[in-house]
Amino acid sequence: MEMHALPRRDFLRVSAAIGGGMLIAFRFPGSSLAQPGAASGNDASDASIALKPGQAWDTPPRSDEFVPNAFVRIAPDGRVTVMINKAEMGQGPTTSLSMLLAEELDADWTKVGYEFAPADLVYAHPGYGIQFTGGSTSTAGMSKPMRQAGATARAMLVAAAAARWSVDASACRTQAGFVLHDPSSRKLGYGELASDAAKLDVPKKVPLKDPSAFLLIGKSTKRLDTPDKVFGRAAFSIDVTRPGMLTALVAHPPAFGGKAKSVDSSAALAIQGVKKVVEVSSGVAVIADGFWAAKRGRDALKIDWDMGPNGELSTTKLRADYHAKAASPGKVAREEGDPDASAKSAKQTLTAEYELPYLAHAPMEPLNCVVDLKSDACEVWAGSQFQTFDHAAICKTAGLLPKQVQLHTTYLGGGFGRRACPKSDYIVEAVEIAKQAGAPLKLIWTREDDTRGGFYRPMWTSRLSAGLDANNALSTWTHTIVGESIMAGTPMAAFTIKDGIDSTSVEGAKELPYAIPNLRVDLHTTDNGVPVLWWRSVGHSHTAFVTESFLDEVAHAMNADPYELRRKLLAKEPRYLAVLERAAKEAGWGTPLPAGRARGIAIHESFESVVCDVMEVSMKDGWPRVHKVTRAIDCGTTVNPDTIHAQLEGAVGFGLTAALYSAITLENGRVEQGNFHDYKMVRMNEMPAVDVHIISSTAESTGVGEPGVPTIAPALCNAIFTLTGKRVRRLPLRREDLT
Amino acid sequence: MSLELEVNGKRASVDVDPTTPLLWVLREQLGLTGTKFGCGAAQCGACTVHVDGEARRSCVTPIASVAGKKVTTIEGLASDPHQALVQAWIEADVPQCGYCQTGQIMSAAILLKENPKPTDADIDLGMSGNVCRCGTYVRIRKAIHRAADMMKAASGTQQEKR
Repeated sequence: MEMHALPRRDFLRVSAAIGGGMLIAFRFPGSSLAQPGAASGNDASDASIALKPGQAWDTPPRSDEFVPNAFVRIAPDGRVTVMINKAEMGQGPTTSLSMLLAEELDADWTKVGYEFAPADLVYAHPGYGIQFTGGSTSTAGMSKPMRQAGATARAMLVAAAAARWSVDASACRTQAGFVLHDPSSRKLGYGELASDAAKLDVPKKVPLKDPSAFLLIGKSTKRLDTPDKVFGRAAFSIDVTRPGMLTALVAHPPAFGGKAKSVDSSAALAIQGVKKVVEVSSGVAVIADGFWAAKRGRDALKIDWDMGPNGELSTTKLRADYHAKAASPGKVAREEGDPDASAKSAKQTLTAEYELPYLAHAPMEPLNCVVDLKSDACEVWAGSQFQTFDHAAICKTAGLLPKQVQLHTTYLGGGFGRRACPKSDYIVEAVEIAKQAGAPLKLIWTREDDTRGGFYRPMWTSRLSAGLDANNALSTWTHTIVGESIMAGTPMAAFTIKDGIDSTSVEGAKELPYAIPNLRVDLHTTDNGVPVLWWRSVGHSHTAFVTESFLDEVAHAMNADPYELRRKLLAKEPRYLAVLERAAKEAGWGTPLPAGRARGIAIHESFESVVCDVMEVSMKDGWPRVHKVTRAIDCGTTVNPDTIHAQLEGAVGFGLTAALYSAITLENGRVEQGNFHDYKMVRMNEMPAVDVHIISSTAESTGVGEPGVPTIAPALCNAIFTLTGKRVRRLPLRREDLT
Repeated sequence: MSLELEVNGKRASVDVDPTTPLLWVLREQLGLTGTKFGCGAAQCGACTVHVDGEARRSCVTPIASVAGKKVTTIEGLASDPHQALVQAWIEADVPQCGYCQTGQIMSAAILLKENPKPTDADIDLGMSGNVCRCGTYVRIRKAIHRAADMMKAASGTQQEKR
């Protein structure tokens, strides 16, 4: 996801003591929530959000008052609690953000824990001004703020110790949770110094460590969230319980935009445990005393649906429409040289059309949330990736003021973008039901609801043309893209859509890094009435497959080695080149393979990281078997290398699933898939070995969660071409295209 | 309908519709939320528990069919001899989002019980009923091998003591 950063607002300030502890807060001037000295004053409002150690969730600040928002809290017993403003959906911010802060604090790592930050703009991304998790920005965006928070706390603890000892602060040092004064062999723990430190002025500027002094950053560190997840203690929103809570399931219209014409709820209401059947704007909800009664009640509903404006939607028809559109150029996103003239003079021309389907995110935890709505307050528990939007949506739906609404972020059983929905669809639905439930309410979507609920990665068609000149060099590249805008109609449109081009529709195609003198990338934006959304790696999830497959076609047409062609075309791109060469070297590109195996290669930059894959594949019974994926990544400074390995290992499964199996298709307006039998996932028996190599770098950290996905499909399909001579131009793979 | 079963070594008495899947009794009546809802159709394994020592998809197991039987959930497993499995899982930092992991561990426990030294092919076979959307399979495999080694070492030590 590309966004244009707003002015950076990362002012640091310390608030005051909390229960004898100390708290460092970020304040963003210009926000109504963050006026220093406003409302009841620093001290009083700090006390009002005192965070008790060990409680399941913090007590969130009320967002229309001045409330300092802490990133670190140090208790009198020396416990350090880091506030995590990013959703933990497996990508590891609970550990990596804690490491960043603890590094500069010189904390005792064994005493570092975390809590999830409440929804409040003071926890917004320093560049984008909203609180969200996506675009692989957690480490990249929070590195500096977290380090500054730790360094500031450390400086104040040192000052407190120096004052207590009447020595110069410069004569003190810190180590593993202690301030030490070596000349007098004295030391004090951070906990002992916390209340003194809290009374001090905040230093305006604190030095950050030189990377050579890092003790934690860059060292593989055990994840803090692993034990809870292994023992089954980690609380996802589906695990939240409130006294007297009821459970709701919703019957959604069979087509997007449909409505219930009439509802016969008599059979549903006759089921023991079913309390109410209510209509909400998204469908018909059955409220019951538990999941099973709600499910049986929903199954018993008799609803006559008005299919609405999208009742005729058909994937077959949409594909034909896209094919027709792709034949003419769209709005130009990038143009170099004179592609029309150079195409005319080409000695050899290649053209190809590529197609990718709608994709569901399919997180393992189906969408759900818990709403406790009272007349003057509302608490919501959700695995939110989009707190700023979700909080606002709750306020609007409940008719409450921001200060009356608390959104608690829980662990997420997978997100991949789905839990960052600008329309807050499932949360709005839950609040609408809660208004009629008369009790705390848990909304649960079944797997089928989740699969059919929309907000898909858009379907895409790309038409490409390449021209080779008299010297057999790649002189022309044109790429016409057809698909829906995920940003249109959202508040992000203002800074992501320019001159009719959604930057996320063309990202990765527009920035094609290869040295090609004549190039054009253009876009037709469609609107099918299907709710669409970002999906892990966003636009790159379609562009990398297309560009890296088509470049492979060009290489074969030239009789060039696909790796050597990339090397040549990337000669002036040292960062790409280093990643490309590293992957090729580690994979033994060009060395002999066992009979029946071949390698495919693909390289792509996304979220400012470059990833290259070499995939080793064979065919068995007309279907590919991936044996090994060798991956190299340049993601700048590494914080927790083991997390980077884990993300790049897992992304192979995620990317292969999309390449081999995933498609959401529509017929008569209805989504044809429902559960894991027809929206299949790669399982253990299809998972290859993964060998990850991280390029050593001292540059700023860049993305990791998303960049592991885009190269998988093209690397696979490029290997398949070498094995079979069949070029895969439509995903997911179909047996008929391989024989 | 009132039913009795044994969950994690304790007797539990529940009054629910007999068609209610075991999963929802565990989660809603007994407060054992470590067992997860993923698909409701025995497609993903997130709800895996042990019934009389065998792996069961609790999302499609009517409560009436387990009356009088012994049920073990992740909460119960963590305190029994399969500890090696849990330790291996922690050692390898297997989980990402973590949602499927309790089901993965419950399946792995049965695999190791039936086959204390599984090959990669055995793991493919034994674990392919469990989906991990984060794709942690590489580490699940590693943790199962490690747990097998730990269990073998432990039983070797016990034999030496004898």
